[in-house]
Amino acid sequence: MQGGMAMAAERPSQPQARALCPSEKMDIRSILQGLESYRPRRRGWTWRPGRGPRQMGPFQYQQASAPLQRSIPLPAARYFGGIDPQPDCVVTAEIASGRFEDDLRRMRMAAWHGADHIMVIRTTGQSHIDGLLEGTPEGVGGVPITRKQLRATRKALDLIEDEVGRPINLHSYVSGVAGPEIAVLFYEEGVNGAHQDPQYNVLYRNVNMVRSFVDAAEAKTIMAAAGMLQIDGAHNANATAREAWKVMPELLVQHAINCAFSRAVGMDPGLIALSTVPPTAPPAPALRLDLPYAVALRQLFRGYRFRAQMNTRYIESDTREATVTHTLNVLVSRLTSADLQSTITPDEGRNVPWHYNSIAALETAKQALLALDGIRDLVEIRMTDAMRAQVRELKERAVLFLEEILAEGGYFAAVQKGFFVDSGRYPERNGDGIVRDPQGGVAAGTVVRRDPDYWAPVCHHFGENHPPAGLAAGKSCDAIGGCTLCRPEKIAYIDELDPEDNVEQRLAEAEARTQALRPEVEWAGDGIVTVTAFFPAAPRVAEFAGLALAERMGLQEPEVIHKRVLHPAEGTMLEIKGRVPFAIDPEQLVIPPEPALLSEEEIRRAVAERPLAVVAGTVGEDEHSVGMREILDIKHGGLEGFGIRCHYLGTSVPVEKMVDAAIETASDAILISTIITHADVHVLNMRKLHQLCLEKGVRQRFILVAGGTQVTDEMARAAGMDAGFGRGTKGLQVASFLVQERARRLGKDTGPRPGTGQERPPAN
Amino acid sequence: MQRADDFLDRRRHLAELSDEELDRRFWQLAEQIVQPLVDLARTHTTPSIERSVLLRMGFNSLEAQEIVKQCSDRGLLAKGAGHAVWRAAQRHGLDILTAGRQLAAGRLWEGLFAGGDGHGR
Repeated sequence: MQGGMAMAAERPSQPQARALCPSEKMDIRSILQGLESYRPRRRGWTWRPGRGPRQMGPFQYQQASAPLQRSIPLPAARYFGGIDPQPDCVVTAEIASGRFEDDLRRMRMAAWHGADHIMVIRTTGQSHIDGLLEGTPEGVGGVPITRKQLRATRKALDLIEDEVGRPINLHSYVSGVAGPEIAVLFYEEGVNGAHQDPQYNVLYRNVNMVRSFVDAAEAKTIMAAAGMLQIDGAHNANATAREAWKVMPELLVQHAINCAFSRAVGMDPGLIALSTVPPTAPPAPALRLDLPYAVALRQLFRGYRFRAQMNTRYIESDTREATVTHTLNVLVSRLTSADLQSTITPDEGRNVPWHYNSIAALETAKQALLALDGIRDLVEIRMTDAMRAQVRELKERAVLFLEEILAEGGYFAAVQKGFFVDSGRYPERNGDGIVRDPQGGVAAGTVVRRDPDYWAPVCHHFGENHPPAGLAAGKSCDAIGGCTLCRPEKIAYIDELDPEDNVEQRLAEAEARTQALRPEVEWAGDGIVTVTAFFPAAPRVAEFAGLALAERMGLQEPEVIHKRVLHPAEGTMLEIKGRVPFAIDPEQLVIPPEPALLSEEEIRRAVAERPLAVVAGTVGEDEHSVGMREILDIKHGGLEGFGIRCHYLGTSVPVEKMVDAAIETASDAILISTIITHADVHVLNMRKLHQLCLEKGVRQRFILVAGGTQVTDEMARAAGMDAGFGRGTKGLQVASFLVQERARRLGKDTGPRPGTGQERPPAN
Repeated sequence: MQRADDFLDRRRHLAELSDEELDRRFWQLAEQIVQPLVDLARTHTTPSIERSVLLRMGFNSLEAQEIVKQCSDRGLLAKGAGHAVWRAAQRHGLDILTAGRQLAAGRLWEGLFAGGDGHGR
């Protein structure tokens, strides 16, 4: 199959791909099998199911949608019964590392974090290729969009959407000089949404403007027939203009031209989305600029959809800064409206996004959307005179812009005169707009006037079309026995054209590389890690020290990817990336089996058979009691609920008193609660408890346990305790440990120390 | 072009419009701007449009590329590349794919359209 062409005639019956199992990695090779006969299961766009008010756990949400069958909730969900509410708007992840086979794995991770719109960025230069690409060559800054790549991706997304239990939209770009062909390809392969905006070609890709608009009408007609969602390209003016907030009048104009053109060729406004970005970012007073613009846009474009994009213009290497800006962008979405919330990864300003930053961007969106649920029931945008005036002024400036386009002789003339992406706030002009020649650009002179007997014997063709006389009336494609849009079995499939540059070759190399385990940020086994370091030194010294550090740590090709000066002399924070030159063999790792917790029933039975008592209290001069009460209290599923007798001594209890009480009550365990102190008093208290028990000859009798928000098991055991319990501990975990540890000491179980329920990484 | 912000002068004729009238004017102007572009698209075609037609007829992208090139070289794109394939199939009693592959190979063009010799530009 490699290097050859599998034609339609040899198509075997479509094999059923095996469902994904959450505990197993996706099998990329099985996805690549049988692609020649793969058919998409549906066409067109899907909004989230079950949008509206919804009860989730203890909370009532106003802007939610149906929950996922499988997902990973926000970290704080552990305090709220593990709920993972899903906002009502579609949430986008842009995923395109250049190797689509690696992107498929990231798409799966993204879906588990709430993405239901996967946007695949195209490889650099594809918009200038006059035709379709085939096969699976490696891309730069994106993926070559081909039939094989789309089939594999759509097939993987079928499996992923079944795994999470929600439809996932696949999206790419119908732009460049092959727009109509790509639109047909997308229709045939079940791509659900696409960017399509002829202005984007003209301004940013220097595609001939006549060609771009003639092609766009055909492409949009095909997209409309497929029910695809269209996203326009206006947001690029934000990203390009020197001062992004000054192009707001022009943005309204660009949206209007694409919307009006799209409707004129038959698109439904309910599937036309405006790509809109809050134009500015702190330290600008961002909302004061962004909000009137967002309001003007939503007033003018009522009935259309809004794709809220996050700001990229003012994002550099600081992921924290990006995250705050993006959170504020979501605030604008919720204060106005968004049908789709797009996400920009916090590392977008420094590299092609990494796996975990794609997920971070999704979590930023989900976290902010949920926090702001129903905010318009609580606050409203005050339409003060000043606000109204700002909105009105934006619209008037846009109207004046449109008037001048007409006065100059229309759209082409306006582009030729540099009307667009001028840094002046219209009608101010700085003379730095993008100028294009209607007779110039890529693919200039390729547009042909249709003859009176022009004919295209296929469906969903735009414009003049004259079948030869004598053909029976019916569908356009009847004369050829049906087109591929009506009869998908006619679609011609090309597998690979390049025997070297294809997915099979890359997989073979990746499999050799990933025999053992390597860290990864983007591609299978790429070996990249980052080191975060603070140096108490001036920035330039710190930077070179950072590189030396990485080299001494054995990292190859080290590179400082972020630098933040804390003080010009006192210090600099760095993030340094590098490649580790080795792999970890999981077979060689000594991984103790995960200790199992007892069930509630097992604990109750053990306590009923042999009563268990504890003394508990907060030691030292500490008045905190909430944490300990939750561990003990029957209401919170605490120890009392399992029949364990609890002697609670209160707060600020001297350690001596704890031991005496334990002896008096013939308890089995002493539970102390402590907060972390700078002077390590908590550790001293733990040591003291251990020592005192030794001195009194009762250390073997008592199970010693310390707890507190920042206590760790390791810390507690190093200080002589039998176990330590940190933040988020449940009574069940302590009870299970106590029962099993007692059994072990009584000789019924001579195995290793029982589990505390804290062995899992805390994020789970 | 360089121009200072003369918004206050320029907007005078808009001052009397209500918000609804302003919004309506915005859309009227936008529709006026795109109308000639839509007309242009309705009456013209391009190599990409013609290749998209051939894809819909069941050709693969390489075949579509070649048929459109041959068609364009002969100045026949204005007839429609799909139209050319259909005519070749009719004239020679071939199925669509076979006719198209012949055209891609430079055959069957002669006399395909009345008034043209198939050797145009």
